[in-house]
Amino acid sequence: MTQQSEYAKPLPRPSELSRPFWDALKDGGLRLQRCGPCDRFVFYPRTLCPYCMGQELDWAPLSGRGKVYTYTVVRRAMIPAFQADAPYVFAIVELDEGPRVPTNIVNCALEDVKVDMPVQATYDDVTAEITLLKFEPA
Amino acid sequence: MTLKRSAAITGIGELKPTGSAEGKTTLGIWTDVSRQAVLDAGLTLPDIDGLLIAPPITEAVAMWPAILGEYINVHPKYGDVVDLGGASATAMVWRAAAAIDAGLCRAVLCVSGEASDIESFYAPRARKPAAQLPYREFEVPYGPMGVNSGYAQIAMRHMHEYGTTSRQLAKVAADQRTNANANPDALFFDKPLTVDDVLDSRLIVDPLHLYEIVRPCTGGAAMVVVSPELAKESSQRPAWLLGAGEASRGAMLSQMANITTSPIVESAAAAFEMAGVEPRDMDLASVYDCYTITVLITLEDAGFCEKGRGGPFVEEHDLTYKGDLPVNTHGGQLSFGQPGLAGGTSHVTEAVRQLQGRAGERQVTGCELAFVNGNGGILSEQASLVLGTE
Repeated sequence: MTQQSEYAKPLPRPSELSRPFWDALKDGGLRLQRCGPCDRFVFYPRTLCPYCMGQELDWAPLSGRGKVYTYTVVRRAMIPAFQADAPYVFAIVELDEGPRVPTNIVNCALEDVKVDMPVQATYDDVTAEITLLKFEPA
Repeated sequence: MTLKRSAAITGIGELKPTGSAEGKTTLGIWTDVSRQAVLDAGLTLPDIDGLLIAPPITEAVAMWPAILGEYINVHPKYGDVVDLGGASATAMVWRAAAAIDAGLCRAVLCVSGEASDIESFYAPRARKPAAQLPYREFEVPYGPMGVNSGYAQIAMRHMHEYGTTSRQLAKVAADQRTNANANPDALFFDKPLTVDDVLDSRLIVDPLHLYEIVRPCTGGAAMVVVSPELAKESSQRPAWLLGAGEASRGAMLSQMANITTSPIVESAAAAFEMAGVEPRDMDLASVYDCYTITVLITLEDAGFCEKGRGGPFVEEHDLTYKGDLPVNTHGGQLSFGQPGLAGGTSHVTEAVRQLQGRAGERQVTGCELAFVNGNGGILSEQASLVLGTE
């Protein structure tokens, strides 16, 4: 999609801990940690389960489906590299499995974005190394 | 533990905010407001034995108490930086009281403010390389507009859950501007603002318009919190700490269970309980207002109205200094200006002025009890106070 040489926006720097999340996105899928003892999905990747203090966190796939928990239209970007995209939708999506993730809603007219709208994951290969998790109308 | 009447604010110092630094430095601002506050309290700098600082947002420096202490020749028995964003000011007040109550010190100087402007406020963080913070790794790649987008997301969800309207939110900004128009020290003192002006201003982060968003600027404020013994000797009428409460939740909005209800529910309840009073007893609400939605949710969560009824409530009540529930009589930060964390302090200094009966044209008649709220992050850290004349 976006050419690497042109991509000037801040990129995540995957850590050893978060690498499986970013690798899964690159492969076109969504995986998060799931806590063995309490069976809850955890976002963002951690070294302990924030719900039960458990440390047995294994990576498990998710459906990639969810709904818009809330959103805003950013009309004036704070980070200069985003200004060319403005206005764009910066949202929080609640995944069907529970966790909420910061994201962008894409492939949707601004005025059609609504709270609670069903969405599905789409994988944006912004560079050769990094794929971002975005969402589009389901 | 109770901190009721364990300490009082007897001195305040504050600069009129300016749009840009105009040659001022943060250390210079702190020195000016410190001197003002200490003199206002009827003390001298050597009397100060506690020093709390709310750090500047645009300057990353360690060990501020030593730097300011050296500059003004204050060498505290209790020194610290209180890093709770917009809640730092109110949090400093109760920390000072707790330290006094514990016998650590008798007179605590609480300092805030910075030399900054819109450009410096937004620029440095945008240029910082990504560090291994969850916010940088999982949120920044999607283009948030600082905390503006977070409060916009809260407002959007509040509208969805409760039917709150932009016109209701705009009423908060317009009423506060009426207050600022009676405060010569406010950044927007000479500029009227109507509900329609707010709604006609451009959308920055939907649903928030330009005039619903606080303006970063230069300025500073200091407070002197003293023991009951020193308070009784003071030439100023003391503003007594009657109640305090603090509560917080994480940094990222996506991690919060319910973004439209804040920890003010707990911090305000604790403050009112300690003081033995209720929201309806308040003569003034001086509450953090980085955005219009912040005021609306604060009034709901502190118990001034039912949850979700904040929109109709602000429409039905006159929030000006002449009204039935005066809110942010200095103009709030939306109209007074936000000089870094001194924006939070402005809610305390205004409550002190009102309780001391020296608020000039905007004086609330018979102001004896004030609720003050500080809010940090994205409706995260909350420190609530009840201050009173007795």
